Amino acid sequence: MSEFLLELHSEEIPARMQAKAAADLKKIVCDQLKAAGLAFTDARSFVTPRRLTLVLDGLPEKQPDVSEEKKGPKVGAHEKALEGFMKANSLTSIDQAEIRNTPKGDFYFVVNEIKGRDTTEVLSEIVVETIKSFPWPKSMKWSRNSFRWVRPLHSILAIFKGETLKGAFDFGNQTLDFGNQTRGHRFLAPDWFEVKNLDDYLHKLRLAKVLVDENERRDLIETQAKALCVAEGLSLKDDQGLLNEVTGLVEWPVLLMGRIADRFMSVPHEVLSTSMKEHQKYFSVLEGDGKLANRFVFAANTEAVDGGKTIISGNERVLASRLSDAEFFWDQDKKAKLETRVKALKTIVFQAKLGTLAEKVIRVQDLAGSIAEQTGCNPVFARRAAELAKADLSTGMVYEFPELQGIMGRYYALHDGESPLVAEAIADHYSPLGPSDRCPSAPISIAVALADKIDTLVGFFGIDELPTGSKDPFALRRAALSIIRLITENNLQINLRKAFAASFSAYTGQLTEPEDKTIDGLMSFIADRLKVALKDKGVRHDLITAVFVLGDEDDLVRLLARVDALAGLLKTDDGANLLAAYRRAANIVRIEEKKDKTVFDATVDTVLLQQSEEQALHEALEGASQEATKALEREDFTEAMAALAGLRPPMDAFFDKVTVNDDDPALRKNRLCLLSRIGVILGQVADFSRIEG
Amino acid sequence: MTNSNMSQSDTKKSDVTKSVAPKTKVIVDPERCVQRLILKLQDYWARQGCVILQPYDMEVGAGTFHPATTLRSLGPDTWRAAYVQPCRRPADGRYGDNPNRLQHYYQFQVIMKPSPANSQELYLGSLDAIGIDSSKHDLRFVEDDWESPTLGAWGLGWEVWCDGMEVSQFTYFQQVGGIECNPVPLELTYGLERLFMYVQGVENVYDLDWDGVPAEEGGKTYGDVFHQNEVEFSTFNFEIASTDELFRHFEDAEAECARILKFGEANAEKNGKAKGNLLPLPAYDQCMKASHLFNLLDARGVISVTERQAYIGRVRELAKACCEAWNKTQLEEA
Repeated sequence: MSEFLLELHSEEIPARMQAKAAADLKKIVCDQLKAAGLAFTDARSFVTPRRLTLVLDGLPEKQPDVSEEKKGPKVGAHEKALEGFMKANSLTSIDQAEIRNTPKGDFYFVVNEIKGRDTTEVLSEIVVETIKSFPWPKSMKWSRNSFRWVRPLHSILAIFKGETLKGAFDFGNQTLDFGNQTRGHRFLAPDWFEVKNLDDYLHKLRLAKVLVDENERRDLIETQAKALCVAEGLSLKDDQGLLNEVTGLVEWPVLLMGRIADRFMSVPHEVLSTSMKEHQKYFSVLEGDGKLANRFVFAANTEAVDGGKTIISGNERVLASRLSDAEFFWDQDKKAKLETRVKALKTIVFQAKLGTLAEKVIRVQDLAGSIAEQTGCNPVFARRAAELAKADLSTGMVYEFPELQGIMGRYYALHDGESPLVAEAIADHYSPLGPSDRCPSAPISIAVALADKIDTLVGFFGIDELPTGSKDPFALRRAALSIIRLITENNLQINLRKAFAASFSAYTGQLTEPEDKTIDGLMSFIADRLKVALKDKGVRHDLITAVFVLGDEDDLVRLLARVDALAGLLKTDDGANLLAAYRRAANIVRIEEKKDKTVFDATVDTVLLQQSEEQALHEALEGASQEATKALEREDFTEAMAALAGLRPPMDAFFDKVTVNDDDPALRKNRLCLLSRIGVILGQVADFSRIEG
Repeated sequence: MTNSNMSQSDTKKSDVTKSVAPKTKVIVDPERCVQRLILKLQDYWARQGCVILQPYDMEVGAGTFHPATTLRSLGPDTWRAAYVQPCRRPADGRYGDNPNRLQHYYQFQVIMKPSPANSQELYLGSLDAIGIDSSKHDLRFVEDDWESPTLGAWGLGWEVWCDGMEVSQFTYFQQVGGIECNPVPLELTYGLERLFMYVQGVENVYDLDWDGVPAEEGGKTYGDVFHQNEVEFSTFNFEIASTDELFRHFEDAEAECARILKFGEANAEKNGKAKGNLLPLPAYDQCMKASHLFNLLDARGVISVTERQAYIGRVRELAKACCEAWNKTQLEEA
């Protein structure tokens, strides 16, 4: 058995760093093994709050022997060069080198046979190198050592083929020998013990109340938590992020259920859930109808002698004190109406050059009002919602729980007697927060959400604060994606250019960039985001470009309908051949234009159309153009594409029978103009030159 | 009591949700009264080789400010100390009406340089010493990195949870006053009121049994000792403190700190020796003063968000200068 087992035992590793640390450990060791020519069959890593573990299987006893060939100086070279070569290769006489004839003359060569080293030796170096180079996101020194680790490192267990690997790690002021011992749970089994191999390690640690495999811990937490809920006729609120975090906080999870005191159940449930999750890492529990139950579930890291009674009552008390803070904010915040809080936004800076949130709110109100008019919902409600949308930022609750912004606004608005539509829009206006977040569908919500994001984008583009590379501190890409989702998922017919222009002028001179540049920049930013957003849905980015570059389409819903129709056309044989024929025509025109240094864009002279094929093509083109125009007016893009698809047979016939570069220059010019017409007419629906593949 | 997120002006006088009527004193167990628990902590840490100090005689916002932590964290020598430090957080005052928040409270502070190899075990031993039994409780080390922008200090460590409640801050200092710590000290901070409320099982800080003596025999609760103090100082901190004076005092302390350091530097240069000439300790007093004055101004709500950063930066500059001077006296010694 050639198994290698490594455990780095330390003080508690932050939960958020564990998964990456386990992956890094595996990668760093495996990369070095590969570089050292040591093969292995299987590598697995585990992580708990106090240990990082790696196991490798199928390692050989030794590295393979390798022969290394080195070219030396030319025969007859200077003595100094020969000496250097001999020294570097441990030769006592130059006769020990081989002379080989190369195209550049006779050279000395030496072939060094390098014996493979024992795996144990190499492994020992790899362990040291791995610890030295470990990429912790944040690390620290301790005691008198100069070495840094995530938290103090206490032991290095390293076993190869059942034997302790020889080696040690030097901390700077202290040396830690590799060993074959580890210890169990901090409280339940703190003694050190020896292990022989992975099975022994896992087994003994289990007896010592440590589950090394994080997947097993995660499953156990989830299963136990669900079981506790089911026993009470309740269900566990799914939260994979919290589940992962809790998995990183325990070595021996014991799930317990506590009660939320009744008096807190009148506080908004989002507040209870957030406080439990953020502060206490508790799972929320749901009633049959999906409402929050007055229970919570948490993972303790120990088996208590009293079965967890003390732990539960302690956690209930802590929660009660947390929730009385929340309850206090809830009661306190309700004493002032939301509308009276709007003025507090004057003290919150939106962006240094773009003024305060109070100013933003005024702009967004107007914009939301006009979007509401375009989308046919009540502009008075939209304006009101926009006015109050940010007011909850000055409440104690949102100060304490920033993630509840908007949600608290809805509660306070309802409490103040605002229309439920207004309250909903306040809650919704930050959404959607990403590709998977719920997209608002209520018209007032949409108007306010759009207005808020348009105002942000126009503002930042207007002062040339653009996202660069991976840096997007103001989440402008997300804002653009939100706009795209709000419009396309709700099928809104909105003229984006106009909306951007209205937003630009609302900034009344605060913006430093010219209006045209700002809006053009924004339109192409939106196009880029649209391509990214649609990529996942399998929509081709080149088709979006082909339609977008026409520049006449700033209505995203129409744009997508065109892209759809275009994609549909290209899927048919006619479409594919039409594209091929278009390219042939475009190529010919391009080459000839280059030759003649001119542009063939004159009107086709019907008198000069001699062959029936060219007459037929001309007729077909003009007919298709008219049909396509009519269809486009009706916004029937499929019909427009169908009209164009009909161009294929006359085009094929034309290329079959007609010689474009006729000896008669007049005929040649007329034919080139006819071909160039194809691009123009197809260009009514898309720029075919942008289509790839 | 370290959770001090609300300091807006609208949470002042109106902040009366649960009025605290003085209750009859409940004696839980004389062994768990406030003063016994403090003695136990002191006794435990004395046995670990700590110098047991008394509080520093100036207003500070946290036990870390005590020169026994801030300054002694720097320099090559070993240092182990433990002490109770009263802390003032003017913005946390609630006129004696809130069961969890105080503008004056106690921290128990332990500093050990270099950090011992068994730091965590030593700490857990202290919980055991005050009756927190690890066989019944769920004790956890949860990531919480510590940073003090006013001291130019940071470290990595955890908050320690007992049954979900934060009972201590556990930090391996990495930098203080902008200077790398070498060796690295371990800092432990216990918020005593919260910890003791948990140990005694009371919900209201003012109900804490202070001395283990029944009321009819003259026994005192935390409320008996401190309630009036909270009411008066809340009024002072939020309403009475003269902001003009505070601004002036801040400037004075800042100038005085600089003057002391400059004087020391001139002497050190003249005499070719740091220790005995540089004056980091008296200068640092002025830095602590400036820090507290800033906290008072902050509580009075007269410092805007942008100014706030600037003031913190000014205190940090003082702290750095004091730490640098201190460090020189220590390195020279070594």
